[in-house]
Amino acid sequence: MFDGREPIYLQIAEQIRAQVVSGALGEDEQVMSTTQYATTFRINPATAQKAFAELVEEGVLYKRRGLGMFVAPGARERLLERRRASFFAEVVDPVAAQARVLGIPLADVVARLEQRFAADGDPSHTADDGAAAPSAPDHPQEDPR
Amino acid sequence: MSFAVEVRDLTVRYGRATAVDNVSLRLEPGVVYGLLGRNGAGKTSLLSTIAAFQRASSGSVLVDGEDPYENARVMAGIALVREGGDFPEEKVRGVLDFAARLRPHWSAELAAELVDRFELPLDKKPTQLSRGKRSALGVVVGLASRAPLTMFDEAYLGLDAPSRYAFYDALLADYAAHPRTIVLSSHLIEEVERLFERVIILDQGTVLLEEDAEDLRSRGRTVTGPQDEVEAFVTGLRVVGRAQLGRTLQVTVVGDLPPGAEQRAVEAGLELGSVPLQDLFVHLTSKGERR
Repeated sequence: MFDGREPIYLQIAEQIRAQVVSGALGEDEQVMSTTQYATTFRINPATAQKAFAELVEEGVLYKRRGLGMFVAPGARERLLERRRASFFAEVVDPVAAQARVLGIPLADVVARLEQRFAADGDPSHTADDGAAAPSAPDHPQEDPR
Repeated sequence: MSFAVEVRDLTVRYGRATAVDNVSLRLEPGVVYGLLGRNGAGKTSLLSTIAAFQRASSGSVLVDGEDPYENARVMAGIALVREGGDFPEEKVRGVLDFAARLRPHWSAELAAELVDRFELPLDKKPTQLSRGKRSALGVVVGLASRAPLTMFDEAYLGLDAPSRYAFYDALLADYAAHPRTIVLSSHLIEEVERLFERVIILDQGTVLLEEDAEDLRSRGRTVTGPQDEVEAFVTGLRVVGRAQLGRTLQVTVVGDLPPGAEQRAVEAGLELGSVPLQDLFVHLTSKGERR
């Protein structure tokens, strides 16, 4: 847990954001304490505190004196909005760049997207079965956040 | 309760050998420090002088604002646990009683809990214990003292892996509940690096760096890709290591990347990777890379 290049406090912050977005952490729900983070993941409590400070700044968490950290009302909606705003730059653009490098035509990428949307049962999209959809690349671009 | 430490122009000499060479350093109260250095870098001499186990050749040490040497109040608040331990010639039970009388913040409860966890025999003398158990006794005394300045000088390296993890867990839990200034010295870094808030690297008796552990960790990068592209990318950066495999080159750089560098790396088909603190330490302190 918490490997990779990013500083651990950023990874903790990102994990909490993900839990808020997925609904695993609801509004006004309490987040694990710095002590719990420290002992569970064997990290310095100050590291967890740094993550909390960042999330308070963003309006994702708020502090109740003497009790701990809680998910701010409206936090999920705020995070979703931010993610929508950065979706094209951070998710779609790398896909386009990767497709260009690999020589995958735009039509194939679009076909794949349409297929996925259809498979996920989105009623506003239907798959075009005209061309065989290309298989996914071996190493899909990760969300860089 | 936490002590601050102020080291000014400290030099420690043994005959003609200089162990600590004009070191100035400030330890903030309530912070967990990692003191890293190769064998012979001066870690033990520095800690022993801070703990007033020995005198400075020149320069000064202030702990909680006072010279700790022959200073009963300050000495009672400094716990230095050394490998092998400095124990009175008594049974384990007596060693703990002795520490309890000496240490104003002693926790008998924590001591009992840790004795249980490390399965220490109370009616044996330290000299009768295995290396691992003797290390465990040092850890128990060090933690249960709850000293405002607690220093472990590689004291936990004699423990086996499960006991070391038990030590890390106990340290974090008790530190979170009772914050104090803690220094962990080690040359084995991987296991302990996340316990540190700040890192001090000693090299040949001098302080190579003192900085936030997270910042330090994010300062090292590996750049991997075609040789020419990598060479072009790292021009102007501080290169501390390189490894070549065929036409692929991996270079380790230290320092902040210029703005836009990550984007340029992606466009050039280069891979940026992380450098574990252990590797960064090896690069920074290995012969030929020193500066």
